[in-house]
Formats: sequence, structure tokens, C-alpha cells
Amino acid sequence: MFFRTLASSALRPLCQQPRAFQPTSSAFKLMLPTILHARNLSSETRTAIDKAIASAPVVLFMKGTPETPQCGFSRASIQVLGLQGVDPKKFVAFNVLEDSELRQGIKEYSDWPTIPQLYLDNEFIGGCDILMSMHQSGDLAKILEEKGVLVAAE
Amino acid sequence: MADTPGVTADSLKLKLIDQLQAQHVEIEDLSGGCGQAFQAVIVSPQFEKKTMLARHRLVNSALKAEIAAIHAWTPKCYTPEQWQALQG
Repeated sequence: MFFRTLASSALRPLCQQPRAFQPTSSAFKLMLPTILHARNLSSETRTAIDKAIASAPVVLFMKGTPETPQCGFSRASIQVLGLQGVDPKKFVAFNVLEDSELRQGIKEYSDWPTIPQLYLDNEFIGGCDILMSMHQSGDLAKILEEKGVLVAAE
Repeated sequence: MADTPGVTADSLKLKLIDQLQAQHVEIEDLSGGCGQAFQAVIVSPQFEKKTMLARHRLVNSALKAEIAAIHAWTPKCYTPEQWQALQG
């Protein structure tokens, strides 16, 4: 269970950061029913998500927090990022369960129907399945290395 | 959610065969009957020369309404050649 320790201790400080998303989203709470029916991403939500994605080189939208994932797929994704040695300073997780606007909005933004979703340098990489198979094939290690987001080897 | 028609393995399979010309589809209902979690093996010539992300997007767009109604969707997308090779 080495990886679990690694994931939770290494990634813990980062889950504080979702607050960046909150001002925008809570301002929009009143309009939520309309937005959900329209299924159209408001420009405010889009801007908030733009910012969220740009807030770190590695950004994961997940259910729950890195230390307490609320879904097996989110848990698996966090574990893989921990195993790969992603630098906590370069990682931010956003809990979509804390914000229904984000939860719906990110699906439309990415044109991807499920959570978790991983972004790397503002680019959508994929969900849990894609992350897993990139992990197994070695492609994930390669791309993380290229992006320079791993903890430096000592 | 009340008016969402129930998603079944069969309904998913038919749609994939119809829309992606899938040659082989295996759908496993992992939900224990509630229709919320599915795992799928999809073999289609349309996956040829596409990245995994693009393949998943293709499947997601074919099953947009269904995926929106379920919790967990785990597709594995292969081209006919890849699938052959896997059968060894």
C-alpha cells in the first residue's frame, strides 16, 4: 500500500485549492436550474473552468478529495498519479461533488461524459480508463516526464 | 431521471452495432441490476488510426443519452486487427 500513502500525503495540500473555483460558481447558484435545463455552458462557468484548468500543470476533476475519493474511478486515478510520482506542487484536484455547476459544466466543457477527468498543461488527456491504459503502456510516464511535472529524482 | 428509459446491455449493444458498425460487442452489466455500471469491449473498423481518446469520444457520442444516465461506463475499444491479435 505504498502508493496510497504516497498519494494521500503527497497530494494532500493541493485539495485546498478548489476554492479558486468557488466565487464564480456560488455567484451562480441561483441560476442553476435554468442552466441545467439549458445544458449550455454559461460563459461564467466556462471562464471559471478555464481558470481551474490553468491553475496547475496537472489538474484532476474528481469525486471527493485526493485523501478521500468518493468513487473508485477517482480513487484509481489519484493512485496512478501518486505512483507516477507527480509533484504535489504541480497538481491540483477539484472536487465536483462540492459544486453541481462544476460537475455538469466540466462534462460539457471537455465533451466528456464522466468524472474523473485529467488535464495536463491545459490539454484534456482523458478519464480513468485512458489514464489506466496510458499508465500500463508507459505513455503516461513519458508524457509526465516530458511536461516536467514529476518529483525530481534524488 | 424519472423519464430516462432504462439502459440495458442489449440496448447499448444494438446501438453500437448500428452506429459504429461494431463487429463485436461484449457488454457486461456490473451494476447488479440497477443499470448504472457497464463495462464494454467494442471492436469496430471505425477505430482504425484513431487515438484512444478519439475512440472513446466516438463511442461517447454514439451513446450520449445512455452514458448521461449511468454512473460508470468503461469502454475498451479495439480495431478488428487488434482484437484478432488479442484472441491469439
